[in-house]
Amino acid sequence: MNAVITVTGKDNKGIIAKVSAVCTEHGVNIIDISQSVLRDYFVMFMIADIGEMKIKLADFVDVMNALADENALKIQTMHEDIFNAMHRI
Amino acid sequence: MINIGDILETVNMISNDHLDIRTITMGISLLDCGGSGALFADKIYDKITRRAERLVAVGEEIEKEYGIPIINKRVSVTPIAIAGAGLDVEGFVSAAKAMDRAAETLGINFIGGYSALVQKGMTDADRALIASIPQALAETARVCSSVNIGSTKSGINMDAVKELGEIILKTAYLTKDSSSIGCAKLVVFANAPDDNPFMAGAFHGVGEGETILNVGVSGPGVVKTAVEKLSGGDLEKLSEEIKRTAFKITRVGQLVALEASRRLGVPFGIVDLSLAPTPAVGDSVAEILEAMGIGQCGGCGTTAALAMLNDAVKKGGVMASSKVGGLSGAFIPVSEDAGMIKAVNDGVLSLEKLEAMTAVCSVGLDMIAVPGDTPAAVLSAMIADEAAIGVINSKTTAVRVIPAYGKSVGDSVDFGGLLGSAPVMRISSCDPSVFVNRGGIIPAPIHSLKN
Repeated sequence: MNAVITVTGKDNKGIIAKVSAVCTEHGVNIIDISQSVLRDYFVMFMIADIGEMKIKLADFVDVMNALADENALKIQTMHEDIFNAMHRI
Repeated sequence: MINIGDILETVNMISNDHLDIRTITMGISLLDCGGSGALFADKIYDKITRRAERLVAVGEEIEKEYGIPIINKRVSVTPIAIAGAGLDVEGFVSAAKAMDRAAETLGINFIGGYSALVQKGMTDADRALIASIPQALAETARVCSSVNIGSTKSGINMDAVKELGEIILKTAYLTKDSSSIGCAKLVVFANAPDDNPFMAGAFHGVGEGETILNVGVSGPGVVKTAVEKLSGGDLEKLSEEIKRTAFKITRVGQLVALEASRRLGVPFGIVDLSLAPTPAVGDSVAEILEAMGIGQCGGCGTTAALAMLNDAVKKGGVMASSKVGGLSGAFIPVSEDAGMIKAVNDGVLSLEKLEAMTAVCSVGLDMIAVPGDTPAAVLSAMIADEAAIGVINSKTTAVRVIPAYGKSVGDSVDFGGLLGSAPVMRISSCDPSVFVNRGGIIPAPIHSLKN
């Protein structure tokens, strides 16, 4: 079971480190990551295995939202099924 | 593996184009709640609050996990005139108040089913419920009422139509201090569906099970963006693009419906494939029609564009869901659609054009404000016209009209929230009272004889 984490915002040092640290802390395993910076604008897509996550997904979304607020970022954490439903027949 | 393009598309639809699940509506049967006034009210309060206890919490959980807003969590119940047969006017008003209390306890904004089905005739209970509607809507905040006055199978009950003109006026008067808002919670239907999740017309049909979960999707903004991207394509290409978009929107609805049904332990009913606008700019059905190139909503070409949109939404959506039902199509509520409001204010969209549009959209004359001094007979005749379109064309039609007390053409009434604000529209002043006062039934059309 995977979640898709999308992070956008002004580029800064250590964004990936911070997001990864929170994932590790809650037992979330990152399996794919893609990141780029366009004119100081940071964009990252992350696919993470939440099968062994220690907290409920809804609570993990709260944790990520708090991290986003602390770092002036926008983080969207969504269950992968919404993407599979929309884009796969 | 999911690709970045897909992720971006979905995230953009939600963040920029207002994609959301408009409502998850739990239908609850109240057929086992029979009893006298106070007992019936207590029984329905208990059953509604027990069955839907976790509705809001589960809705919020799904919303968070999938990152898709679920705007409303609502409840519909068995038409109260049937569940509460035997009650008098006072008993029905107590039932409405019990529904209102139950909605408040559950934390939902609307509860539907204060309804009567009188397409062929009225029982004593139907009569009492209809008579109680103005008081029930004036003394509650969350209760929604609907009356089905016609069907393709049975024709149009003109006695009920006549009465409802008066009931609407009385409701407008009793709620005059809050923009006659009572009328925004009263829908008069022809061919009302049993499984509609959308308010104000939702009720739990008598052929349904104990409890059921119906989901209404939305997404005018997403369709508009898709249409805008194809500014040069021909109409066939446009239709294909709308179908593809409707498919994606509906798949999200199906996912949420199945997940909510699993978590609540309630059978999944249907997904309603409706494009339901909100007053937010960019979330408008009128703006889709305009993006298709008709100039402004209400001009020539509007009906053809709407017909194509409505059909493409259904074709795209039907493959995306295992069970489709409810109203399924494009809604054209004036007060809830920024593009419609603008078109009325600009003098481009008239009531007559809206009536034509209802022949090809999913519902009818919806959230339309008319002058407060409109006679009851004119409202009744307006209902009859709309019902005739539905009955003859075997489709659902409805009238949700607000004769805004003390207001005249050019004024505006504000209902707040999703109900939006409506410009008061000009309505014909011809007197149809002789026709309306004839009463009786307009017989079912010949094509009702299908057996």
